[in-house]
Amino acid sequence: MSTKTKFIILLLIFCSVAAAAFIFMSVTDIAVLNPKGMIGEKQRDLLWLATVLMLIVVIPVFLLVFGIGWKYRAENAKAKHTPDWDHSLLAECVWWGVPCAIIVVLGWFTWKGCHELDPFRPIAAKKEMKIQAVALQWKWLFIYPEQEIATVNYIRFPQETSIHFEITSDAPMNSFWIPELGGQIYAMSGMRSELYLIANGIGKYRGSSANISGKGFASMYFTAESTSDEDFEEWVQSVKSSPTTLGLNEYKRLVEPSEYHPAAFYVLGKEGLFDWIIMKYMVPMP
Amino acid sequence: MNEHEHHIDLHFIEVSKNTIFGFWVYLMTDAILFATLFATYAVLHDNTFGGPSARELFSLPHALGETIVLLASSLTCALAMVAVSKSDKTKTIGWYGATFLLGVCFLAMVGTEFARLIASGNGWDRNAFLTAYFTLIGTHALHIVFGLLFMIVFLWEVFRRGLVPVTIRRLTCLKLFWFFSYFIWIFMFAIVYLIGAS
Amino acid sequence: MIDTTALFGRLTLDAFKHDMIETAVGVSALLIGIAIMGLLTYYKKWRWLWYDWLTSVDHKKIGVMYLIVSTIMLFKGVVEALMMRAQQVLSVGDSYGYLSSPHFQQLFTAHGTNMIFFVAMGLTFALINFLVPLQIGARDVAFPFLNSLSFWLFAAGAALLVISMNIGAFSAAGWVAYPPLSGIEYSPGVGIDYWIWSVQISGAGTLLSGVNFLVTILNMRCPGMTLMKMPLFIWSILIVLVLIIFAFPILTATAGMLSLDRFFGTHFFTPDAGGSPMMYVNLIWAWGHPEVYILIMPAFGIFSEIVPVFSEKRIFGYVSMVWAMAAIAFFSFLVWLHHFFTMGAGANVNAFFAFMTMIIAVPTGVKMFNWLFTMLRGKIHFTSPMLWFMGFVVIFTIGGMDGVLMAVAPVDFQVHNSLFLIAHFHSVIIGGVVFGLFSGFTYWWPKIFGFKLNEKLGEYAAFCWIFGFLLAFIPLYILGLMGATRRLDHYELSTGWRPLFIVAFAGAFVIAIGIFFQLLQILISFRDRKKNADRTGDPWNGRTLEWSTSSPPPFYNFAVIPEVHERDAFWAMKHGSHGEGKPCYEQIHMPKNTAIGVYIGAFSFLLGFAAVWQILWLAIVGFIGIMASLIVRLSDRSTDTYVAVEEIEKIEEERGRA
Repeated sequence: MSTKTKFIILLLIFCSVAAAAFIFMSVTDIAVLNPKGMIGEKQRDLLWLATVLMLIVVIPVFLLVFGIGWKYRAENAKAKHTPDWDHSLLAECVWWGVPCAIIVVLGWFTWKGCHELDPFRPIAAKKEMKIQAVALQWKWLFIYPEQEIATVNYIRFPQETSIHFEITSDAPMNSFWIPELGGQIYAMSGMRSELYLIANGIGKYRGSSANISGKGFASMYFTAESTSDEDFEEWVQSVKSSPTTLGLNEYKRLVEPSEYHPAAFYVLGKEGLFDWIIMKYMVPMP
Repeated sequence: MNEHEHHIDLHFIEVSKNTIFGFWVYLMTDAILFATLFATYAVLHDNTFGGPSARELFSLPHALGETIVLLASSLTCALAMVAVSKSDKTKTIGWYGATFLLGVCFLAMVGTEFARLIASGNGWDRNAFLTAYFTLIGTHALHIVFGLLFMIVFLWEVFRRGLVPVTIRRLTCLKLFWFFSYFIWIFMFAIVYLIGAS
Repeated sequence: MIDTTALFGRLTLDAFKHDMIETAVGVSALLIGIAIMGLLTYYKKWRWLWYDWLTSVDHKKIGVMYLIVSTIMLFKGVVEALMMRAQQVLSVGDSYGYLSSPHFQQLFTAHGTNMIFFVAMGLTFALINFLVPLQIGARDVAFPFLNSLSFWLFAAGAALLVISMNIGAFSAAGWVAYPPLSGIEYSPGVGIDYWIWSVQISGAGTLLSGVNFLVTILNMRCPGMTLMKMPLFIWSILIVLVLIIFAFPILTATAGMLSLDRFFGTHFFTPDAGGSPMMYVNLIWAWGHPEVYILIMPAFGIFSEIVPVFSEKRIFGYVSMVWAMAAIAFFSFLVWLHHFFTMGAGANVNAFFAFMTMIIAVPTGVKMFNWLFTMLRGKIHFTSPMLWFMGFVVIFTIGGMDGVLMAVAPVDFQVHNSLFLIAHFHSVIIGGVVFGLFSGFTYWWPKIFGFKLNEKLGEYAAFCWIFGFLLAFIPLYILGLMGATRRLDHYELSTGWRPLFIVAFAGAFVIAIGIFFQLLQILISFRDRKKNADRTGDPWNGRTLEWSTSSPPPFYNFAVIPEVHERDAFWAMKHGSHGEGKPCYEQIHMPKNTAIGVYIGAFSFLLGFAAVWQILWLAIVGFIGIMASLIVRLSDRSTDTYVAVEEIEKIEEERGRA
């Protein structure tokens, strides 16, 4: 196989895969790249910024490896061959210095982003609402303390409202993630994580856990729906008229391992259930 | 000496250099193991889950006693190595014997402390603090056990074959190990007992 | 019911019951093992196997044994990958595929554990073992017996992993086994314990090797080889050894603590009674991050050897390359939190670790440019080692780039634990570590085995791997961005993920074809070994000392220890003054083979097995066996021998005639 053939094969491989990937991505709605909420949008912007900054280094690497490789292939007798040339102060300064500068810039934006997008930091919005999420085996329990309802594997909230998620687990470590709205945070027993998300408009989103928690891990997904204020209120009322109540007995039944649990709707029977679940791990229970 | 013996000597010196250096490197890895346990203790030492704290549980005089016993054993170990350098087989066995006894004494003291805690319902399974405590002190005690074991093996060698170069090299490694164990104990005494229990 | 716990602990007949696939694989493995034993008996090779190989303390033979075990484990790992890819194509909507959830979860756990500990580390140590003494002009490592012991501990760990498939089950908690899932409450079975003991025993072997080779490199370089005259491969290994020495004790302590939690009711990582699962996460990654640099740096060292030779040019920026590796190693201890940005440490902590992580990209990029400038104004031969290098440049750079993307903590919130992460680390591990190892083994194969590998098949394999990799993992990047998490054994059709999983499976299949070409390459090269024999010892016009020996080298490596005056020592010898007259031989001191390493490995396996199944008497037997073997070894007064000058002359003369 000649060197020319090898280069053609390599370039064909790289270009065809890259082209296919770009084509696919341009015709698909990709959650992280096309988020439906402000937090996700800011995270996506950071992603693009970091990508562009990295390309300053990556594109030269790709061009150089093929350019140098082709020009200085052994068959090319015309190319200069300096077998003992092994250092250049200028080159070293460039490739130590430029990446350092890029990292400083990226680092600055990262530091800003870490603070702005700290999961524990509230969103400035017209309205705020609280939902408490508990990871169980293998389903999500959602408690609406203000509305005094609870659901399993389904949440609904009004659009353009900052949702203050309080998250814990009564199961192994999980992670609470709605990719179309924003990034995740771990759900840990005995601890309270927080996450603020907001939906820009009306929509239905897929949420899931992102940390393996046992046999039924694949069923740790739920539906999140953002609606108009009226639709939300209507829905709350309909759940409140639900025949099932979530008290301690029902909770103990829910805690039992089960997979692919269907969506369920409860009237909240025990006040402070979320705090009770956390305290279980903090102090010896009678 | 003939050429062959000269080779053996040179080679022995090279091997000894490597062995002692290698043993130091191993001790460094052991230090990192202990550092991990110390870090864990630092994180978990307040997690008593409603149980008694270090101050309430530990006896400083007892810990001081353990420290003095171990210090004495380091002293006897040093004296044993002096005997080695003087090629005095009897004194070597004697001082190492004393070191062995002091080591056993140390283990007995750790044992009684553990027994007392367990009997009062403060075993390693009560809370994270006690878990970290028992593991830290226990891992060190385990090191002392292995030290004593190898002490027997090497002293038997001294008894049977005398203070030949290979055995001296091994006793040197043992001495390093013993001092290292004492050094680690100082940290435990300071962090667990002095800081924690006062 | 007879109470069997005293004799068998937790082990019951149930442990042997498995699904069809596991049973089929187990039976096949058994049959292959029996076939091999049959062949050994028929050709009367048992003595040869035992006295020449298993009990050998020769670093070259130990290297080959690592190679064999790791290659077997590589097959296991690739089969696991193919099975998972297939499941994720089939298990959509109403169908749940052909694997149960527990089986699937064991597969990815075993795949990760296997690939990292027994394939990547194993192949790397194969090369380290074979090459290090040769490249520094030494006759063996500092502690040859310890070297043998390290290999047998590695083998014992691998054996525990393999046997878990058919006796009991392996862990299903992921290759880093986070509690509370890996605690006794949520994983009461034996799987986690198999993981713990497999990792502990082989980890002990790794730690001993770390000490061994560190002393070797620092104390046993040939005269004239100062640190800054060492080959860059040796530098990469020296730095890796420092990482091993600092990082592996953390793993030992952490896995030990997890074990205590599971067996003795301690509360290190339990969610209640004051335990802290977060502490485990911190500790395991304090080890885990240096571990991935332990994996990649030898690959960097390999390419630093290969690119100059196949570009007929000196390595560019030697000093810069050394400092870059040192910087990477230093910073690798300051970044561990980036594995769990999403655990909620707070903005300032996340930002600090984010920045530290980004800094590592700088020296890594420096190395990339130095390799490219080595090629610049060189005369480049695109043999298969260089094809692997080309694949490395593209794929590893992509992986490095998205590593920096994930270092931006808020971005990581969106891609953590998704298939984007999986694509990232496979890009750097396959593109970096695996391609580096394949390149290195192709390059050093003639030195190790005495004949060159078939070049054409090697090129086909490289193209298949490069294309297969991209086909298998670019879809995973996209899937991650679409919200697909890792470790899923089932998903809904409405996610729209399925087409990408199908492409990924096709990619895995192309990789399998690449492996088929590599197998074929080995078989055909072996068949043609006389035709492709390396008679000069220097088939590539090499630059470093190992090429000055015959292929394969004599058991004592160098009849006369070389004296070195500059970098690229062998190149200097070739192009400097020739013929120093007839060399003056002296008798050579060599260590004797010993079975103690085998015995300690075997007893360690028994100890690990007993710990897993809680069989107290067997654990005691294992422990006493280890201690007794050690004491027997210590009492052994004749562990070395001397090679007479006449024998050396004979071997060297034979080489001269060949």
